[in-house]
Amino acid sequence: MYQYIIKRLLLVIPTLFGAAVLVFLLLRLIPGDICDMRLAGEGGLVDEETLNTCRAIMGIDKSLWLQFVDFIWGFIRFDLGISMWTGQPISYEIGLRFHLSLQVAIMATLSAIVISIPLGTISAIKQNTWIDYFVRAFSIAGIAIPSFWLGIIIILGLLITTQYFSGTPWMPPIQFKPIWEDPMHNLSQLLWPAIATGYRYSAVATRMTRSTLLEVLREDYVRTARAKGLLEKVIINRHALKNAMLPVVTVIGIEFAFLMGGLVVTEQVFNLNGLGKLFVEAVDHHDFTLTQALVMVVVTIFVFTNLIVDIFYAWLDPRIRYS
Amino acid sequence: MDAVSQTIPGKEIEEPAASKPWLVSLFDLIRQQPLGAAGAFIVIIMVFLAVFANLVAPFDPIVNDYGSMHIPPDGTHWLGTDQFGRDVLSRLIYGARTALVVGFVSAFIGATAGLVLGVSSAYFGGLFDLIFQRVMDVFMAFPLIILALAVVSIFGTGVENLIIAITIPFIPRCARVVRSSALSIREIPYVDAARALGFNHRRIILRHMVPNVMAPYLIMITAFVGQAILLEASLTFLGLGVQEPTPAWGLMLQGGAEEYAESAPWMAIFPGLAISLAVFGFNLFGDALRDVLDPKLRSQ
Repeated sequence: MYQYIIKRLLLVIPTLFGAAVLVFLLLRLIPGDICDMRLAGEGGLVDEETLNTCRAIMGIDKSLWLQFVDFIWGFIRFDLGISMWTGQPISYEIGLRFHLSLQVAIMATLSAIVISIPLGTISAIKQNTWIDYFVRAFSIAGIAIPSFWLGIIIILGLLITTQYFSGTPWMPPIQFKPIWEDPMHNLSQLLWPAIATGYRYSAVATRMTRSTLLEVLREDYVRTARAKGLLEKVIINRHALKNAMLPVVTVIGIEFAFLMGGLVVTEQVFNLNGLGKLFVEAVDHHDFTLTQALVMVVVTIFVFTNLIVDIFYAWLDPRIRYS
Repeated sequence: MDAVSQTIPGKEIEEPAASKPWLVSLFDLIRQQPLGAAGAFIVIIMVFLAVFANLVAPFDPIVNDYGSMHIPPDGTHWLGTDQFGRDVLSRLIYGARTALVVGFVSAFIGATAGLVLGVSSAYFGGLFDLIFQRVMDVFMAFPLIILALAVVSIFGTGVENLIIAITIPFIPRCARVVRSSALSIREIPYVDAARALGFNHRRIILRHMVPNVMAPYLIMITAFVGQAILLEASLTFLGLGVQEPTPAWGLMLQGGAEEYAESAPWMAIFPGLAISLAVFGFNLFGDALRDVLDPKLRSQ
């Protein structure tokens, strides 16, 4: 087991390094830099000297190799550096938004687990009946409906229903407050984006539960359990579901990691100040240090979520460890 | 029922399925895969609308008509008009063209590149496979939105660049699935036989291995079309994809639909329904295809 963990840990390094190279090169391929952005914003032509001073301050006058080494060295020391655009430490900028993104991701994950496992199980047990068709249609619809559009429709629904019942339209609050400061305020803001993203999420997990459970139910040991005369309930809960959960855990892990950095559109619809919005701003401003740091944070979350899922998987299923 | 087959004696014993009239087999298929048939129906309708958009659409999708802005759905404008007085239904019909072009092109290129790379990786194995897999890991972990933002910042906005941004993340996803199928094929004797005959690598990969991983490839393509339509809508909504005045569903949701959601809800509701229905159709179809092609999941 330890050998397996060490092997998987070592594989994390090339992925992180590759992502670092990729984001570094992509940013340098974009025409223009932060100094052009800033100084051109003041209007008129800027003389070369001012631009050069600005570039020297930002550290982008150095050779690409030096810039890259600086970036990697900072990342290794867990020092994300200072945002080129705001001048604040990047850890501070990310910290401001991290809480919000994490909470939405956790709420969506919880609702997905609660909805998807029972629904997927029923669908698999009643395969090719109308219940199964209904659940499948419901879950395929969840994958088909764009989360951002669902968000627009939720806001529209809230406006119309509150207008109808109380006379004044109500919108979710825009200012973020942590849940321990003002739980009502916090939930009334974040519940809606969690629903909009959670539906898709639970749809993905429901489909996975159904298809793996169907596979497991055809295994020999389930037939043995049936032949022993065990109750169907016991067979499903104790024998089949346990083994069917492995791929579902993977899907939940991947989706969770995706939610941490991929909520850009939903955040825009709900006017949330999360990591996704910071991403777009950072690229728009040609803020190299902030974009690089954000990509590394999101990729690290993704890689380590996968690592944890894999280790969990190997722990549950010894065949994986030895192959 | 079997009037056709009885006229050819002996034929029905050899090929009982083929001797059925095609309409009957079609009904059989619909009964076995009702959801898949529904998906295929949606896809066919959508392709039809996209191809014949200029004949089907009641109005011009691009010309502004300031005399008829924000008209609610009525007899002339079935789904209402937008903030520039353009007919929502006509823009939806033309939008199907954009969605299908982006969907099919990126799904096809992404899955095909993934197919060739995945099979090659499994075939060569060793160091090549190891390095290739690490590169795929990087692209899987890399946030799509940054890739899209970078592509747009480097090359500019537009349909072609949108297709590039959508295709890139598809390649590793398909390559990974294809690679695992190809790994088991590599061990089968006919590949050894081909090698013993002295065929070159290209021929073994393309002629001997690729045809045997067609099932996962086709399943990935149909799944990708739906995902590509969804991504196209999201990226366009963010302003990173198709630009005005080209009719595109994501653009219709962005173009004032949010601002006017309360006063003109038809502008926000119908494009979203169109996206959902299209992706729904492709997913249903893809699911049915998987059930038919993948014997492991085939119902008893």
